Amino acid sequence: MSFFTPGNVLSWATFFPLIGTVLIGLMLALRAAVSIPKKVADDAARWIALVTSGLSFIAAIAAWRMFDPSQSGAQLVGHAVWIRSFNIEYFVGADGLSISMVLLSGLISFIATIASMPWWSGAKDKEMAGMVDDGHDDPHHPKHFSIRMVPGYMAMLLLLQTGMMGTFVALDMFLFYVFWEVMLLPMYFLIGIWGGPRKEYAAIKFFLYTLAGSVLMLVAIIGLYYNSLPSTLVDGTVTPHTFNLLTLAEQGKNGVFAAAPLLLGMKFTYVVFVFLFIGFAIKIPMFPFHTWLPDAHVEAPTPISVILAGVLLKMGPYGILRFNYGILPDATRWAANAIAIFGVINIVYAAFVCLGQKDLKKMIAYSSVSHMGFSLLGMASMTQTGISGAVFNLFTHGIISPMLFLIVGVIYDRAHHREIEKFGGLATVVPEYTAVMGLAFFASLGLPGLCGFVSEFMVFSGTFPAYTTLVVISATSVIITAAYYLFAIHRMFLGKLNPVYKGYPDLNWRERLALYPLGVIAVVLGFYPQAVIGVINGTLATLVEHVKLGAL
Amino acid sequence: MDLVTQFGSAVQDNLASVGSFRPELALTFGTLLLFLVDAIWRKSGARRAITTVAALAVLGVTAVLLATQPVAASRLFNGMVANDLFGTFFKWLFLGAGVLTVTIAARGTDFPSPRVGQFYALLTAVILGMFLMSSASDLLMMYMAIELVSMVSYTLAGYKKGDRRAAEASLKYVIYGGVASGVMLFGMSYLYGLTRTTDIYKIAAAVQQLGAGGLTPAYKITLVLAVVFVTAGIGYKVAAVPWHMWCPDVYEGAPTVFTAFLSVGPKAAGFALAIRFFYTAFATPAGAGGLAATIAGVPWTAVVGVIAAVTMTLGNLTALSQTNLKRLLAYSSIAHAGYTLMGVSALSEMGKQSVMLYMLIYLVMNVGAFLVVIVVAEATGSESILDYRGMARRHPFAALALSIFLFSLTGIPPFAGFVGKWYLFYALIERIPGPGGFWYGVLMVIAALNTAVSLFYYVRVVRAMYIDQPHAEPTPIKVPLFYQVVLAGCSIAVLLFGVWWGPMVDWTRASLQMFGG
Repeated sequence: MSFFTPGNVLSWATFFPLIGTVLIGLMLALRAAVSIPKKVADDAARWIALVTSGLSFIAAIAAWRMFDPSQSGAQLVGHAVWIRSFNIEYFVGADGLSISMVLLSGLISFIATIASMPWWSGAKDKEMAGMVDDGHDDPHHPKHFSIRMVPGYMAMLLLLQTGMMGTFVALDMFLFYVFWEVMLLPMYFLIGIWGGPRKEYAAIKFFLYTLAGSVLMLVAIIGLYYNSLPSTLVDGTVTPHTFNLLTLAEQGKNGVFAAAPLLLGMKFTYVVFVFLFIGFAIKIPMFPFHTWLPDAHVEAPTPISVILAGVLLKMGPYGILRFNYGILPDATRWAANAIAIFGVINIVYAAFVCLGQKDLKKMIAYSSVSHMGFSLLGMASMTQTGISGAVFNLFTHGIISPMLFLIVGVIYDRAHHREIEKFGGLATVVPEYTAVMGLAFFASLGLPGLCGFVSEFMVFSGTFPAYTTLVVISATSVIITAAYYLFAIHRMFLGKLNPVYKGYPDLNWRERLALYPLGVIAVVLGFYPQAVIGVINGTLATLVEHVKLGAL
Repeated sequence: MDLVTQFGSAVQDNLASVGSFRPELALTFGTLLLFLVDAIWRKSGARRAITTVAALAVLGVTAVLLATQPVAASRLFNGMVANDLFGTFFKWLFLGAGVLTVTIAARGTDFPSPRVGQFYALLTAVILGMFLMSSASDLLMMYMAIELVSMVSYTLAGYKKGDRRAAEASLKYVIYGGVASGVMLFGMSYLYGLTRTTDIYKIAAAVQQLGAGGLTPAYKITLVLAVVFVTAGIGYKVAAVPWHMWCPDVYEGAPTVFTAFLSVGPKAAGFALAIRFFYTAFATPAGAGGLAATIAGVPWTAVVGVIAAVTMTLGNLTALSQTNLKRLLAYSSIAHAGYTLMGVSALSEMGKQSVMLYMLIYLVMNVGAFLVVIVVAEATGSESILDYRGMARRHPFAALALSIFLFSLTGIPPFAGFVGKWYLFYALIERIPGPGGFWYGVLMVIAALNTAVSLFYYVRVVRAMYIDQPHAEPTPIKVPLFYQVVLAGCSIAVLLFGVWWGPMVDWTRASLQMFGG
C-alpha cells in the first residue's frame, strides 16, 4: 500500500467519499445536458458510492496498520495552514482513541453502503419489499428507499461519511466543528426524504436538537480559543491564540483555562464544560436529551440507522474525551459525579423503557441509549479499566447495534411492519435469519464469549472502586436487558407460526454481506478484545493521568 | 480671519474636494443621463437593452473612478464627508449590489420595458445616497443622505402600478420613514443644542469635555435621549426592532428585485453610518487590542446590544409562522440585522470588521435567495411556501441553490454565513473579560439559541422543496440560462467563502481605517 503514506492516509480516508459526492454531482450535471437513462444514472451512483466508500475503508485499515500503539501522542499527522488570518490549520492525526473510531467509522460506512444497494433476489421478494417501480409512492405503499432518487441518496450518504471520518481525525478545533456540522445536513435529508411515515418530524427534531447543542459548543470553542495562550502554526508563525487541540490540552493541563476570567459570572472552565457537554450529550444521547433518537431511528431507512447507531452516537463520548477531558481537566473532576449519575440513569431508565416497547426498532433504539450509558459511567470512573471499558464499549456497541438495525431492516422489508406482537414462530420460516438475530441479541445483552460482555465487564469492574453503589444499581440493567431481548425472541421467533408469514424468503446476499462480517467481529472481539484494547489503552492511560494531574 | 477670507478658504476647500468626489459625481450625472437615454430611445425597440447597457456603463464608470480615486483619510467639503478606506469598502459593496440588481432586473418580468429605464435611473440615485451614507461625517450630511435613500426608495417600493400591495407598501414606507427621520432629526437637534456643532468629530470633543467634570443627570438624560432618537433613524434603515414594522409589507409589495436590493444595500449603508456615528462621536479611538471605550459614560453599547437581542429574537420568532417566502425572508432579514448589531455594540476593531464581513456575505446569500424567489415566481406566479413543494423535481438546481442560501443564512458550516457569524461571536467574546462582560456573554448565548430557532423556518422551505408531497405531479419549470449562471455564481461564492475566506477577511481588515480613527 505504497499509495498511502502516514502523512496522507487519514486525509484519504476522509475525502474519498467526498470525491464520490462530487462525481455524482458531476454526473447529475451531465445528465441535465445529455439524456442518460434513469437506470444507468442510478447504477453509476451506486457504483461510485461502493467504490469510494470502499476506498475510504481501505484507507482506514491502512491507517490502523500504520498506527504504532506503543507511541503516545498524535500519529499519521497531516498538517498545513488553512486560514492564516484566523490561525486555523488543516490538522488531522490520530491517537489510540481516534484510530479505533476511524476504523469503526470506515467499516460501518462501508457496510451501510452495501445495505443501501437494492435487493437482488427473486421477483416475489422484489414485490414484497416495494421494489417494483409501479409509480406509486404514497405512505401506504412506499417504494423501497434503495430505488428512490438514488443519486441524491448516495451523494448524501458519502457526504455524511466524510463528515464522520473528519470529525474523528480533526485535531484543529475549528476543523472539528466544520466536520461536526457538515454531518447534520446529509443526515437531515437522509431521514427526511428516504425515511418512514413520520420522517419530517423525526428529521427536523434530529436537526434542531443537534444544532441547539452545537451552537452552544460554538460559543465554548470561541471562548477557548480567545483564552488560549500564544502558540505557533505549523510553518512557525507565532500566533496570539491557537485552535490546536493538542496545544490546548497542554495549556488546559497547566491551568490556563482554570485561570481565565469569569464567563456569565461563573468559573470559565465550568461554563465551557457545561456548554461542550450539552453539545456532546445530545449526540450520545444522554438523558434528558435522548428523545430525538427513538424518533430518528424509527423513521430512518435501515442503513442510516446503522450509521446513526454505529458511528454518530460515538461522537458524543469521543468529543467529551477529546474536549472536556483533554482541555478542561479541573472541570472534569468537578463534573465526574454528575456524569456517572447521568450514565446510570441512561442505563437503567432506557432499559426499562425497552421493556415496554411494541416496535422492535424502537426497542433497539432505546437499547442504544441504555448501552451508551455504560460509556458515560466508565468515563466518569477515572480509572484505567473503566475508561478503556468505556471506549471499548463504543467500539463493541458500534459493531452490535448496526447488526441489530440490519436485522430489523430485514424483517421490515418483508413484513412492512415491526410490531413484535404480530410475529410468531419465524424460526421455522427463516432459520438463518433467526441464527444471526440470536447472535446479535446475545452479543448485545452481554453473553460471555461475545464482545458486549467484555466491555460491560470492564466498565463495571473499573467503576466499582469509584462508584460502588452506582455500579450495583446499573448492574440490575443486565437482567432487564436480558428480559427484553428474550421476550422479543420468544414472541417473534418461537411459538406457533403466524400463517401470514409462511414462505418468507430467508437472508439474501446483500444482507449476508452486511451481517456476517459484523457477526464475525463480534465473536472475535469476544475472545480477543486485546485487538482493540491494545490500541486504545496507551492513549487512555495518558488521558487519565492528564485529568488527574490537571492544574486547578 | 475676516469673513471674506473664511468664505474664500471654504470655497477653495470645496473646489479641492471635488477631485476626491468623482465616483459620487459620476453617479449624480449618471442618474440624469439615464433619464435622458430613456427619453431619447423612447420609441426604439431596443429600449430595454440600451437603458440596461447605459445603467451598467454608469456603474462601470463609477467603479473605475472609485478604483482610481486617491484614498487619503481626509475630509471633504469642509468636513461634510470623509474619504477613507472604511467608506470605500462599503461603496464597493453598494456597487456590487447595484450591478446584481440591474442585471437581474434586465432579464426579469417585474418591469415592463417602458419603465425599466426609470428604475435604473432611480436605482442609481439610491446608490448615490448610500455612497453618501457610508461617508457622511456631519449630522446634516448624514440626514440628507438617509433622506435621499429613503425618498427614492419610497417611489421604488410602489413601482408596480395598479398593485394594491405595492401601493400599501409604499405608503407604509413613507409614513414610517417620515416618523423615523423626524425623530432622528429631533435627536440631532438635541445633540446640536448640547455641543453647538453638527460635525461628529467636534461632537466627540464636546461630549468628552462635558463628561470631564462629571455629567449632571439632566445632561446625561438628554444625551442618552438624543442617542436613542438618532438610533431610531438608523434602526429604521437597518430594520431593527421596534422600527421594523414597515419591513415585511414593503418587502412583500415591492418588486422582488428591489426587495433584494433593499435587504442588502440600504441595510449595509445603515450599518456603515451607525458605525461611523457611534464609533466617532461617542467612543475613544481604539486602543491596544483593538478595543475602544464609550465616552462620558453614555451607555449606547448597552442600548444597541439590547436592540440587537430583541431584534433577532422577534425577527426569528415571527418568521416561524410565515407562509409567504418573501415575507419570511423579510423577517429573516430583521433577525440578521439583530445579529449584525451585535458587532456594532462590541465597540472594537473586530466588531467593525465583523459587521463589514457579515454585510459582504449577507449580500451574496440574500440576493441569491431572492433570485430564486424571482425565478420561481416568474414560472409559477406564486411566492407561497406551499407552492415550493416538489421544487426538487421541478427544477433541481434552483432547489439546491435555495437550500444552500438558506443553510448559509442559518449559519451552518461549510457555508459562508457561518464565517460571518463566527466573527460576530468573536467580537463579543473579546468583550467578556472587561466591564459588562456578563451581558456580552448573555447576548452571545441569546444569539446562539436564535440560530437554532432560525433553522426551523429555513428548513421548512427546504422541506417543502425536498420532502413534502406536492398536490399535482411536479412539472419541470424553465429558468433562463442567465439566471442559472448568476445562481451558480452566488452558490459557488457562498461555498467558497465558507471554506476559504482568508482573502475576504484580509480585505475587510485592510479597510478598517476610518478618518481620525
